[in-house]
Amino acid sequence: MERYFQKEMECADRETMRSIQNEKFLKQVKHVWDNVPYYRKKMEDKGVTLDDIKSIDDISKLPFLSKADLRDAYPYGLLGTPLKDCVRIHSTSGTTGKRVVAFYTQNDVDMWEECCARAITAAGGTDEDVCQVSYGYGLFTGGAGLHGGSHKVGCLTIPTSSGNTDRQIMFLNDLQATILCCTPSYAAYLGERMKEMGLGPDDIPLKAGIFGAEAWSEEMRQDIQNTMGIKAYDIYGLTELSGPGVSFECSEQSGMHINEDHFYAEIIDPDTEEVLPLGSEGELVFTSLDKEAFPLLRYRTRDICCLSREKCSCGRTLVKMMKPKGRSDDMLIIRGVNVFPSQIEAVLLNQGYAANYQIIVDRVNNTDTLDVHVEMTPEMFTDNLGEIDRRQKALVDGMKSMLGIKAKVTLVAPKSITRSEGKAVRVIDNRKI
Amino acid sequence: MAIKQISVFLENKPGMLDAMTAVLADAGISLRALSLAETKDFGIVRMIVADVYQTANVLKENDYICSMTPVVAVMIPDVVGGLNKVLNALTAAKVNLEYMYSTLTGKQSGNAYMILRVENILKAEEALRAAGFKLADQDSMSELV
Repeated sequence: MERYFQKEMECADRETMRSIQNEKFLKQVKHVWDNVPYYRKKMEDKGVTLDDIKSIDDISKLPFLSKADLRDAYPYGLLGTPLKDCVRIHSTSGTTGKRVVAFYTQNDVDMWEECCARAITAAGGTDEDVCQVSYGYGLFTGGAGLHGGSHKVGCLTIPTSSGNTDRQIMFLNDLQATILCCTPSYAAYLGERMKEMGLGPDDIPLKAGIFGAEAWSEEMRQDIQNTMGIKAYDIYGLTELSGPGVSFECSEQSGMHINEDHFYAEIIDPDTEEVLPLGSEGELVFTSLDKEAFPLLRYRTRDICCLSREKCSCGRTLVKMMKPKGRSDDMLIIRGVNVFPSQIEAVLLNQGYAANYQIIVDRVNNTDTLDVHVEMTPEMFTDNLGEIDRRQKALVDGMKSMLGIKAKVTLVAPKSITRSEGKAVRVIDNRKI
Repeated sequence: MAIKQISVFLENKPGMLDAMTAVLADAGISLRALSLAETKDFGIVRMIVADVYQTANVLKENDYICSMTPVVAVMIPDVVGGLNKVLNALTAAKVNLEYMYSTLTGKQSGNAYMILRVENILKAEEALRAAGFKLADQDSMSELV
């Protein structure tokens, strides 16, 4: 029996959803026009006024917002409400430039937590469940989002945050947790450690895991599911929009339902900015529909994926997005396949390596070659050649499963990968096209 | 009785072994034994030295990745069939040999040691001692010229 947290929204028919989106969209645009001079100027520069926006069909007239805008407007330039109405901020890690700081009113926090509650409910969570939140708490949205969602569902919430693996396992075991929320790589690590400690599905009654915030492969999902005896659900989100819970997976595990009563999704061609028809692969663009403190219209996520409205067996009518493959700005096309450094990084992290790698692309006899150099780490080194060979092969298999094409893996000496100003050069493309 | 061998990860490129031995030379470390195992892309250098901990520290400070592996050092008489007798003893005890190499001692010192990497060290040591072979410990490695 499928359970829903907010059935009227999650299973609304297309017409009802469209009318909800339309109404909220017009209000949101007016809110931004009235209260966010930064975006109003962008509209005016494009020759668009409030009068031009009569329904959600007019969304394509609106200018895009990019990460660069968020940096320009840092910290208060995109704020939609007075600070006295804001109750919290969260912030991104800032690995790709300046940090992004997002603001929340109490209504924004409630909306976000409800989105997470939908995700937990879709994973089978009820008020009978014991939900351990092993995402980091703090500026990162992972901990706070799932924590709030777990409260809204009424689960007994264990706020362990990340780290201290043996203590994590002690709580999972002692309190007989049934749901685990963390990053997929940490879930894999917890699973391995549990195995070492002689603990398995018979000891800990975990039934579901809600794993997100980084790329992971189907193969890794199977591994985690088998080791822990659970069903592993993907969750997607970004701090700019609220955090995890922008979309979530249901029991069908074939894409994530977007909470489209709050976040309106479009797919565009990242180069021409043209809106693409349903089902095309392109860059995901989100418009918040009812945010107060940090409303964003047509925000370019840089995530590449596609949307689907195929009927879902879970009964939800919310549009589905496929797992994003990576960022539009660092996508490589190798033998016609889109390859993202983030996918390669995920394979390395999943298998216990540090993310010290370099991707070398070349063209030999008119065929693209992909060579991944991986720095050896003390943890991965052993005196046994056969064992190193096995580990190297596991990397090749992991890459094949994640990328869909074969990569050559070369183990190199520590600190041998070219660094420029302290940051490693990730991609060397020697193809002369 | 087992002694410790240092294994170092090196890329299979010209100058890599040269650079590593330069680091050891600068630190005044002399080698008792050395062997190379290589694949197309990388190799493992296996070494016996007097002070494994000092050597490991020097290597780590210079960004080399190394590990220590227990091995058996058996004194081998410099006569025809000397090695064969060692192997006979191991075969009789059903000990599997993974790899072996010898110390860098010259004829004048009289004795050479074979360094053996085996699956079961205790069983190998027992078998070799029972067959009358002399095994070296870490201290005797420092005395070796």
